[in-house]
Amino acid sequence: MSSSIESLVNREYQYGFVTDVDTDTIPPGLNEDVIRLISSKKDEPQWLLDWRLKGYRRWLTMKEPHWPNVSYTPIDYQAQSYYSAPKSVTPLQSLDEVDPELLRTYEKLGIPLNEQKFLSGVAVDAIFDSVSVGTTMKAELMEHGIIFCSLGEAVKEHPELVQKYLGSVVPHSDNFFAALNAAAFSDGSFVYIPKGVRCPMELSTYFRINAEGTGQFERTLIIADEGSYVSYLEGCTAPKRSTSQLHAAVVELVALKDATIKYSTVQNWYAGDKEGKGGIYNFVTKRGKCAGANSKISWTQVETGSAITWKYPSVILQGDNSTGEFYSVAVVNNRQQADTGTKMIHIGRNTRSNIVSKGISAGGGQNSYRGLVKVMPKAEGARNYTQCDSMLVGNECGAHTFPYIEVGNNSAQVEHEASTSKIGEDQIFYLKQRGLSAEQAVSMIVSGFCKEVFKELPMEFALEAQQLLGITLEGSVG
Amino acid sequence: MLEIKDLRATVADKEILKGITLTVNAGEVHAVMGPNGSGKSTLAQILAGHPAYEVTGGSVTYQGENLLEMDAEVRAQRGVFLAFQYPIEIPGVSNAYFLRAAYNEIRKARGEEEVDPMSFADLMDEKMKLVEMDGAMLTRSVNMGFSGGEKKRNEILQMAVLEPKLAILDETDSGLDIDALRIVAGGVNALKRPDSATIVVTHYQRLLNYIVPDFVHVLVNGRIVRSGDKELALELEARGYDWLLDEAVA
Repeated sequence: MSSSIESLVNREYQYGFVTDVDTDTIPPGLNEDVIRLISSKKDEPQWLLDWRLKGYRRWLTMKEPHWPNVSYTPIDYQAQSYYSAPKSVTPLQSLDEVDPELLRTYEKLGIPLNEQKFLSGVAVDAIFDSVSVGTTMKAELMEHGIIFCSLGEAVKEHPELVQKYLGSVVPHSDNFFAALNAAAFSDGSFVYIPKGVRCPMELSTYFRINAEGTGQFERTLIIADEGSYVSYLEGCTAPKRSTSQLHAAVVELVALKDATIKYSTVQNWYAGDKEGKGGIYNFVTKRGKCAGANSKISWTQVETGSAITWKYPSVILQGDNSTGEFYSVAVVNNRQQADTGTKMIHIGRNTRSNIVSKGISAGGGQNSYRGLVKVMPKAEGARNYTQCDSMLVGNECGAHTFPYIEVGNNSAQVEHEASTSKIGEDQIFYLKQRGLSAEQAVSMIVSGFCKEVFKELPMEFALEAQQLLGITLEGSVG
Repeated sequence: MLEIKDLRATVADKEILKGITLTVNAGEVHAVMGPNGSGKSTLAQILAGHPAYEVTGGSVTYQGENLLEMDAEVRAQRGVFLAFQYPIEIPGVSNAYFLRAAYNEIRKARGEEEVDPMSFADLMDEKMKLVEMDGAMLTRSVNMGFSGGEKKRNEILQMAVLEPKLAILDETDSGLDIDALRIVAGGVNALKRPDSATIVVTHYQRLLNYIVPDFVHVLVNGRIVRSGDKELALELEARGYDWLLDEAVA
């Protein structure tokens, strides 16, 4: 049994190649001059540079958090480069002008960027190290008044929106990694959906780390105006390298009255080798604000990569009757460590939150769910339901759960259910006795375990998640 | 079809089977009876390929080939089916999906085309009638929250779909009330074919009123101590196992 599970979870990382391009990479280290340099490379206005510097100065006063249930060798923040971009990428270039080498890279990753091969029904912003190399379907989206571009472009073209919302959900002072991001953020995606518009296609950003010795610090900002709807997807991969690389991103979502944002992630950063060498340190702050009444923000994540994951996509439920959701599958294997979960902050009346977390631990992997449900005194009628399930594969892995519940209103209803199970030899034997191979058996068992989360993913991503976990997507597709 | 010769097996270094010899031909129904702990279920599990048991001696030939060298899934694909004494629960996997996946694997192994969900649904309609199951059972997770009787009927449903050459029923009667027993036995009887064989492992004679065996074997302490026809089962019903235990010791 163990050999079949191992072959399933130990499949070779497919995205570990390196693209050979000339890059403009600034020397390692972070200081105010470096921040000014990044800002000038991006031709930014003064207010943004000032904001970065505020973040930097705050960061200097902060300490790296060590409360997560992970351990790693200390990060030398002065040893890595904070900006790296292919020389061939020029600001505001059209897709026809993109370096063919970069196009080939995305094609290899399964993300065709040239006009004829666009993924149907998906618009893509492709981020390569510190810059966006192009965004597809922009014209079609513009017909609906939808803005989908790199954040750098938005700063130039839509400064009033960026200035209004940047840092409004995750302030520059939020936490150590968020402050670092505010200081050094490179590129990311920007989305604005106007009032009453239902975005006609999936929006997607594909993050690729390529350069060695650099960190990626992208920042994404999504605003759904009143009564609008958008479904946004995010994917990420990186080359195999023996040294770890830092990825400290920030994602901010704002849903105004009656708006819905659905944000899905398939995270497949390089996880390091079997001994735990290399891999991405994924320290990410993701937060959404249900600012208006009846708004809804739903996070779905499938986390399979990274050496270390530190990530708590959260929702601030400010508007009355607003809803926050968090659906997560986190898989760790070998020496991977994940400390992930969510925070649901109930502020408005009759706010609802729903949390479904599925952790799968294999090899020597350590998986922690950490979640906070906080009901503020004025959140009359708030309700939360949390379900937190762990599955263990083998005897050397671990699953941990850290739920925090703070209730400040007597009318609140908060429920927490948790379970831990182990893939049993008997389950595998039962399926084999019906003619399925051991690998199919494990797939089927894992797929059944993750079903509630996979059914939340858009179909294209559900298929990718299926391939990632090597599992058959029973019943949740089509 | 099946030839077991001097089969010996251990689990966790304890010898459970101490030399079993048994021949099963196509078209036959064999009952294996015996007191608790005699090795009946072990025999069933070993034939199906459960990894927890170690075969320490003897041979098992199935359709002319060495069964013991085949992986459990290969045995299943070649037509060996075990109806489990304690059917296993698989959360989140619907019964219909599971059955179709199994059916298609077995078809593939036979060189036949896989069937699509629509044609499979038609097949299911027909097979469900055999075990008097209602359609709702198909959308539920495999064996999750099923009553004892539902689990056993589900085993027979799988057997009906997979159409095995050699079906082994491990204590299929345990935990069944009389109506469920009748339904399960009716299903098994309906599935009998001249080219298939059935081994019924049971503690009680009761099931054999419905599934009439051609041969009855009594297993005591890892050995077959007596073989006979269905009259032997009736004798066991009347006299219990003790007289055979005494004989085995003597």
